[in-house]
Amino acid sequence: MISGHLLSTADLTKQEALNLLSTAKELAAITDGPNKKLPTLRGKTVVNLFFEDSTRTRISFETAAKRLSADVINFSAKGSSVSKGESLKDTAQTLQAMGADAVVIRHGSSGAAKRLADTQWIQAAIINAGDGTHEHPTQALLDAFTIKQHLRSDQEDLTGVKVLIVGDILHSRVARSNVILLTKLGAQITLVAPPTLLPVGVNEWPVKISYDLDSEIENCDVVMMLRIQLERMADSFFPTEREYSRRYGLNSARLSKLSKNAIVMHPGPMNRGLEISAESADDLKSVIIDQVKNGVAVRMAVLYELLGGAQIGETK
Amino acid sequence: MIKINNAKLTDNSLVDLEINNGVISKLSKSSGKQTDGIDATGKLLLPGLVDLHTHLREPGREDSETVLTGSQAAVAGGYTAISSMANTNPVADTAGVVEQIYRLGKEAGLCDVNPIGAVTKGLNGEQLAELGAMADSIAGVRIFSDDGKCVSDPLIMRRALEYVKTFNGIIAQHAQEPRLTINAQMNEGSVSARIGLPGWPAIAEEAIIARDILLAEHVQSRLHICHLTTAGGVELVRWAKQRGIQVTAEVTPHHLLLTDDLVENYDPIYKVNPPLRTQKDVMALREGLAEGIIDIVATDHAPHPAEDKDCEWQAAAFGMVGLETAFSVVVKTMIESKLMSWTDLVDRMSIKPAQIAGYKQQGQVFAENSPANLILVDTAGSWQVERNNLKSKSKNTPFEGMNLPAVISDVIYNGKLVLSNRAIVNGNHG
Repeated sequence: MISGHLLSTADLTKQEALNLLSTAKELAAITDGPNKKLPTLRGKTVVNLFFEDSTRTRISFETAAKRLSADVINFSAKGSSVSKGESLKDTAQTLQAMGADAVVIRHGSSGAAKRLADTQWIQAAIINAGDGTHEHPTQALLDAFTIKQHLRSDQEDLTGVKVLIVGDILHSRVARSNVILLTKLGAQITLVAPPTLLPVGVNEWPVKISYDLDSEIENCDVVMMLRIQLERMADSFFPTEREYSRRYGLNSARLSKLSKNAIVMHPGPMNRGLEISAESADDLKSVIIDQVKNGVAVRMAVLYELLGGAQIGETK
Repeated sequence: MIKINNAKLTDNSLVDLEINNGVISKLSKSSGKQTDGIDATGKLLLPGLVDLHTHLREPGREDSETVLTGSQAAVAGGYTAISSMANTNPVADTAGVVEQIYRLGKEAGLCDVNPIGAVTKGLNGEQLAELGAMADSIAGVRIFSDDGKCVSDPLIMRRALEYVKTFNGIIAQHAQEPRLTINAQMNEGSVSARIGLPGWPAIAEEAIIARDILLAEHVQSRLHICHLTTAGGVELVRWAKQRGIQVTAEVTPHHLLLTDDLVENYDPIYKVNPPLRTQKDVMALREGLAEGIIDIVATDHAPHPAEDKDCEWQAAAFGMVGLETAFSVVVKTMIESKLMSWTDLVDRMSIKPAQIAGYKQQGQVFAENSPANLILVDTAGSWQVERNNLKSKSKNTPFEGMNLPAVISDVIYNGKLVLSNRAIVNGNHG
């Protein structure tokens, strides 16, 4: 793995990504057994440094670290010294002094994880758990794992899988990480969004762009719905939530147009009734719960490769 | 008296000078002999540089720069006149504040420090500041700017342009449509799309430039565009000049050299407003400057303390220091590329800015009895930028480690040697 950190899916070679997925698969098999815990990271300290609320991602990392027997410290910015104006640098140096081996960081500023990795503030392995509107690499890894599990379990990679990513691409770190990783693994991606929610410059991405969900829905293997932030409406990215839902939501009519083996994904948390209807979320095609489960295995694999085991996967 | 022997002028002739009482008292063809005085053999003699866009931070943020340390940086960079922007704390929006800054400049005694007055009270964009009082003060303010903020209200901009005609003033606009740049962090384009930072589109700059050009034409007043950064902006200014509209424009050295792909690593040293643009824009700016569509180079010297850059991107301050590197960056981008001659450089960095601002003691051609504001440059030399060697109190240079051409060895300000062999001498603070 690139210089001992996981900051962006762009830093992973295809082989490194595939190795992580296969490590995750082995670890998932072990933790499916009666004793879920491995001693691998005993004595290591993993800090979950969360400057934004994200209970789901935090407990996923926490579960992953604990199953590998690491000590876990949860550092939430709210109510801490950070809310009293402490800088990222001082927080990082504090964690360094306390002997953190890995820092899992969620931060509202794009590039915050890379800053931790590039500066001399802290020596720990840095894992990007979402930085602003940039990337969320473990989400993309768990998505790739889930797609492979359902659609390409007997194949080496994701060659030929057609993926629709629908919604707020402009502000989505999930979309950025997935575009890079899934493309690298051979998938073909179509981004579907109103033009207001696509970044200027998206035409240079290795994807197809569409403004019309209905013309794409029949011809895909994966439809990945992104969470829509309601405050975007106030900024005129779309007129009303109802109009957004009508044009870009996954409702039962669209669900019925999906091909037989297609799967429905969502990084969570969902706005049921907005970007995804309850029927779609709970349909047999939905693999949203698998994504959550696989998230733990993938994050175990990342921690394992960064902190511990050279015997599974690539050495760092 | 100061004597300078065997200095080269831009026309390659060699001269000897004597300086007395602040003026060039004798100018003659070089005798080739070294008498007492400064041996300028191999050095180019140029008029002192003039900056129309300098942030000095005093009053209010003396931890990042003072008038004295900013003057020292200016002298090290070959400037004999600088113009302090109004976004201090308190804002330079009254005669009292501009006179304070003017007085601090005189006390430092290293270069002319000419305050720029705010266009609107408190830079709030709503009510005109007392422009007349600042013009009539001992600081004699002629340039007005809300720099850092755009005078975005078209009616306020119109009134300001009209009002300053009374005393031949000029409005220097920071062209940034605020609604198109909410929370903007970097140039909007392929890099911002990839790295997920909110974009600052070129159009947000060009829309204001276009509007203000039309306003300046309508009210027949003088408009100056601060730190122009886009290829489209160059075209708009070209169009305005063809129509005879009284518009001038400046470009910063960093926008002549650096591009937005440097932001890729999220190092806030490259965070600046307006943002670094693309290579296409850089080439258009260089050509625009060479052609004279862009009239002048201005530094937008923006000092910030270490903690404001030693942080994550979005928490960081916008701005770069530039006084000490400006000349060499222009030599690198414009002279070494053969886009401009030394005569052109003197025009863009000394003569034109002095004309725009009405600085009568600056930007003079060499003649007997002309004011002695001049610099000596070792054009064959080069130097490496080391932030800890900067005279500026702040060290936020994007050129750290870079090897730059042309070394400014000596500066004479108002007939007084203030920089000798790259070291500050004289001044009123020793």
